[in-house]
Amino acid sequence: MTVLPARRGASALPLVGLVVVLLALIPLGYVVYAVLAMGPADLHALLWRPRVGELLRNTLLLMLATVALTVLLGLGCAFLVCRTDLRLRGWWHGLLAAPLAVPAFVNSYGWVSLTNDVQSYLGTVLVVSLSYYPLVYLPVTGALVSLEAAPEEVARSLGRGRTAAFFSAALPRLLPAVLGGALLVGLHVLAEFGALQLLNYDTFTTAIYGQYQSSFASDAGTALSGVLVVLCILLLTVELLGRGSRRVDRVGKGTGRRPEPIRLGWRTVPVLGLLTGLTVLALGVPLYSLAHWLRVGSSTAFPVDELTSALASTVGLALGGAALTMAMAMPLAWLVVRRRGVVSTVLERAAYTANSLPGIVVALALVTVSIRYAPSVYQTVPVLLLAYAILFLPRALVSVRSSLEQAPPLLDDVARSLGLSAWRTFLRVTVRLVAPGVGAGLALVFLAVSTELTATLLLSPIGTTTLATEFWSNSSSVRYGAAAPYAVLLVLAAVPATVMLSRQVRPERTA
Amino acid sequence: MVSRPRALRALVAVAAAALALPALAACGGGDDDKNAVVVYNAQHEELIDAVAKAFTKKTGIEVKLRNGSDLELANQLVAEGKASPADVFLTENSPAMALVDSKDLFEPLDATTLDRIPAQYRPADGHWTGFAGRSTVLVYNKAMVKEADLPTSLLDLADPKWKGKVSFSPTGADFQAIVAGVLALKGEAATKAWLEGIKANGTTYKGNNVVLQSVNAGEVATGIIYHYYWYRDQEEAGDNSNDSALHFFGNADPGAFVSTSGAGVLENGKHGADAKKFVDYLTSKEGQQIIADSYALEYTLNPEVPLGRDVKPFGELQPPSVGISDLDSKKVVELMQDADLL
Repeated sequence: MTVLPARRGASALPLVGLVVVLLALIPLGYVVYAVLAMGPADLHALLWRPRVGELLRNTLLLMLATVALTVLLGLGCAFLVCRTDLRLRGWWHGLLAAPLAVPAFVNSYGWVSLTNDVQSYLGTVLVVSLSYYPLVYLPVTGALVSLEAAPEEVARSLGRGRTAAFFSAALPRLLPAVLGGALLVGLHVLAEFGALQLLNYDTFTTAIYGQYQSSFASDAGTALSGVLVVLCILLLTVELLGRGSRRVDRVGKGTGRRPEPIRLGWRTVPVLGLLTGLTVLALGVPLYSLAHWLRVGSSTAFPVDELTSALASTVGLALGGAALTMAMAMPLAWLVVRRRGVVSTVLERAAYTANSLPGIVVALALVTVSIRYAPSVYQTVPVLLLAYAILFLPRALVSVRSSLEQAPPLLDDVARSLGLSAWRTFLRVTVRLVAPGVGAGLALVFLAVSTELTATLLLSPIGTTTLATEFWSNSSSVRYGAAAPYAVLLVLAAVPATVMLSRQVRPERTA
Repeated sequence: MVSRPRALRALVAVAAAALALPALAACGGGDDDKNAVVVYNAQHEELIDAVAKAFTKKTGIEVKLRNGSDLELANQLVAEGKASPADVFLTENSPAMALVDSKDLFEPLDATTLDRIPAQYRPADGHWTGFAGRSTVLVYNKAMVKEADLPTSLLDLADPKWKGKVSFSPTGADFQAIVAGVLALKGEAATKAWLEGIKANGTTYKGNNVVLQSVNAGEVATGIIYHYYWYRDQEEAGDNSNDSALHFFGNADPGAFVSTSGAGVLENGKHGADAKKFVDYLTSKEGQQIIADSYALEYTLNPEVPLGRDVKPFGELQPPSVGISDLDSKKVVELMQDADLL
């Protein structure tokens, strides 16, 4: 997409980054414009009421608990799989990553059709965390696998116990992965719509949809999303402060020796119990519900043509969306890691901010802008892909960024000193070093696009149906049976990306 | 850190192919679609799809549907303004029609189309028309409420004795149409008091189907919904409606309000004549028969084609007389925001 002449060199990259961020900021501009157009009196009346306080409380409580629980689950499972003598670790690793293939709203549908008790604060925290914890588990596993024993052994030789050594020597090196995962979870909670709608838990995002579903209240919805942007900026600041200015790259492979695995001994049984329980809750429940509805619903039908065309457009859009998002994320990630500074940090954070907006705000912003300034591409695939890229840029950024951070800039410098231009260095050295991160980012964005609802509804070429939109329209008109085949295909379509993500970080002790 | 040129090259190839794929798929439709009538459809997809197919078979005019919800599509039409590619707009309730009409985007319909529908179910200016109806009902859990204890009026649900026993879906266009009915019949002060009462008494859910399911499961005793959710679930498997029953208020009570699904032709559409033919077909005997025979179980509004089926007959509903143009949705949203329901 961003094809540049090879000789443009160093000056082109910051420019590309700037263009990317400007595109990503279109929805934010739309929100700011709407807020300004509203006037202070109306804005005050809209925001200063108990309902907004309730939404703020709901959103923050959900975010805090979900981030805490996903970090606990993600870190704990990663530790068990990578650092203990757990048997069948590869198998457990696959199972622990597998919930990524079950979209959060399909998981919620499964839970809600099993018991209404999950329609509560704790239920929502549980179900949402079960869907999101792989976002922490996978990067932490990846980081744990690449850690070697030396730093911890040094700590132990200085008199620390095994646990203290882990905390003081290993955990700081895991921090970027934990924070990156936690940030993704936090952003997801801010933007989650489908799952929370089914779980009957109100946050800003569901309330914004509510406003948009009320006649004459679209300005209110847009203004409310301003609050969401502020929350997002807070989240980003917290993550930035936690990250600090630490660098974690290194040259060479080190000794490659891995820490001794911890013997589980009598703890094997409870650990196996915990992991089995988690798998049953995160995978068993939604899959059981799907099977139930396939069997029971009298509206269950297998309209082969419709299913195939929805599957084809879902996969096509998700691949295209992933490719464009990655093309936009790479120059930005490079700027942030290799040209550290206020400007690049602001650019990167700006790209995240745009993502905190619900799909409907992003979609309506692009409706407004494209029909005015580029009517010929309105409701065509490119604009839809752009919407995906704006929505999911952070997923790609987080992945590329973390693997770029592990790649030493020294190699770039060597390439430059051997006479390669900056742009060629980027293509021939840097890009190859970050290939694993690119793969992970592509897979994450693929999963996100395949489950996206609103932007797809508003911006897709007419007549386009995706698995997610069909699932949603059927499940919201009480045709659970008819919805089930789409959900099953949605899960199946997500399997390759999930396998790819889980195989990227293999806990097998091969090093 | 091992570089993987081959993997990367494969990745780039896949990405490039992926970018090209949807574009190709989109072109697949080709130029022959250019003459198709573009319908922004917020009504049930399967229903309108069936009508559109029959219409195409009869007239040879192609129809393309963009599906969404009432106000999602109404907001989109407003954002698109005169550049909109839409020719026809169909909704489940009338407030979304009013929103689009308030921006002067509709072209008045022909008298032959309008005359088929009773005047109560279309605006006097003829800018659009109703084509299907949905009756407000109170669904109740048979184990939790005795038939004799049912309220005689929808407004009774604001009474403290119903505390913890009411549910509804305030963010949906469906419920807002009902509130608009209450406002038109009882005035602002009474509506405000009613909203505050049911907010205090009630549990809110997202979607009428969820309200139905919760009442049936015994989470809450009663719920305000439209009739067809219950009937349709009965036809599905009964999973969400076997332990519940419907209470029709009748007596011209606000709780017997019939909400109108609307159809209009957009002034700036590129296929104006064909668009009018489509809306005309929708209200015709043939079009209404398709609605009556479908899974939708909504009431047909053309008196020549009654719904039939095992649904309380339209003639027995005793709805209050609410002029469709009297529905003040703007005020409804304000009142609901004031009551902290939105």
